[in-house]
Amino acid sequence: MKIFGLIAVLVVGALLLSATSDFPDWRDKDSPANESPVSSFYIEKTEKLTKVPNMVTAVLADYRSYDTMFETVVIFIAGIGIIAVLRNFDGPNSSSIKRENNDEGGGLLARFTCSLILPFIQIFALYVVAHGHHSPGGGFQGGVMLGASYILAALAFGLSKAKDIFSERRTMIFAAVGIFIYVGWGVLCLLFGKEFLNYEALDPILPGDAKMARSHSMLIVEIGVAFTVTAIMFSMYSNLSTRGRLSKGL
Amino acid sequence: MIWQFDIIILIFLVIAAIISLRLKDLLGASMVFGIYSFLICLLWAEMGAVDVAFTEAAVGAGVSTVIMIATVFSTKRRSKD
Amino acid sequence: MDPIIATFIEENIVPNFNYWIYVILMMIGLYAMITKNNLIKKLIGMAIFQTAIILFYVSVGVKDAANIPIISHHGSEHHQMTDLSSETDSTKEIHNTIDKDKYANPLPHVLMLTAIVVGVSTLGLALAISQKIYKSFGTLEEDEILNKLRPGGHD
Repeated sequence: MKIFGLIAVLVVGALLLSATSDFPDWRDKDSPANESPVSSFYIEKTEKLTKVPNMVTAVLADYRSYDTMFETVVIFIAGIGIIAVLRNFDGPNSSSIKRENNDEGGGLLARFTCSLILPFIQIFALYVVAHGHHSPGGGFQGGVMLGASYILAALAFGLSKAKDIFSERRTMIFAAVGIFIYVGWGVLCLLFGKEFLNYEALDPILPGDAKMARSHSMLIVEIGVAFTVTAIMFSMYSNLSTRGRLSKGL
Repeated sequence: MIWQFDIIILIFLVIAAIISLRLKDLLGASMVFGIYSFLICLLWAEMGAVDVAFTEAAVGAGVSTVIMIATVFSTKRRSKD
Repeated sequence: MDPIIATFIEENIVPNFNYWIYVILMMIGLYAMITKNNLIKKLIGMAIFQTAIILFYVSVGVKDAANIPIISHHGSEHHQMTDLSSETDSTKEIHNTIDKDKYANPLPHVLMLTAIVVGVSTLGLALAISQKIYKSFGTLEEDEILNKLRPGGHD
């Protein structure tokens, strides 16, 4: 078995290595990918048309917003899939037992340090979400950081304490609300008489001109993405670390 | 876009990938995989892809490593190969 | 370093080095996915394979002496404010046009941003399934699972 695998891998690798000599040079600014009209359009016109200096966020949330919408749906479905595969509803009612032996979570030093650092992590995550179209960041990064802050709380203070803040029911409601914000914003564009997710339609209800409407809409959409990603990351951790029982963390 | 950094990080990347696949201790393998993710995050910051580097630092090095370690703790720690 | 060696490396190794490493990482990931016996090791191989593909895409979008794909308008605004009086409309137009060679290609970055986030959700789902397999079979080794699935195998 091993030798066949090695032969297959070597054949594939040799073919690909022989193909690399035909690639354009690394850092070549005249290569076909960098000369293509699509990326030239994004670089030259994005700031004029949307008033967003970060091209990556603009392309992610505006030009390719269908892609991002269904990617958020993929994350949501993955979270539901983990619950469907792993969640174990029968078994002892853990919440009453858990309160008595309070030995999970870290020691005194870990608890104290985490209680100091958690607010800053969460504020920075919100900043990353809100400032994503002027600096690196956006809904995915900020959402993952916010989810990671709850994971840190679960590691330091125990999963039951984190569950008090962010219960399973609340997690799934958050995840659904994120997608609802995203899709609802697209439907709002339909109601104003333009295409689905064409943000210029929302000019009458948003401050600024039509270009600023696109910029503001990106913020709303990123907030929706951040809701879903936060909830699913925390749900993923809490299910995987307890084998679906949600009773005792790491 | 300094090619010296690029070459050094790429060599470390291959070393980290091989170590994480050769370790028999799955906890160690997950930790080395976290190191691999951080190295590739550095590589993307070096290539000018700051958004991708940010995502990789949060997702690849943060959450992936944590959920992998969570799985190793709730299953078996030793691996045969 | 000796300047002759440095120029040799810069002309012959550097233009293709990223692509070579992408192929090598892909081979490592594929080998691990095919031959490793442990399911967690297979998943690590899958993640390495995935980062190799992302490395290829991001390498394609790099330009020499280019900035990150965020337009910095503070500098130009300041410049415009200082000599606003002497500037005619035509020179303003030149300041406002963006040179596309100055910024890295944003399109591969966007595509790979989505790939990373989808990658972690597939990894989480795969880890959940392997935990379920461990619960059913008591092991994560592929050959032991196959032994138990065989009709003659115990359990």
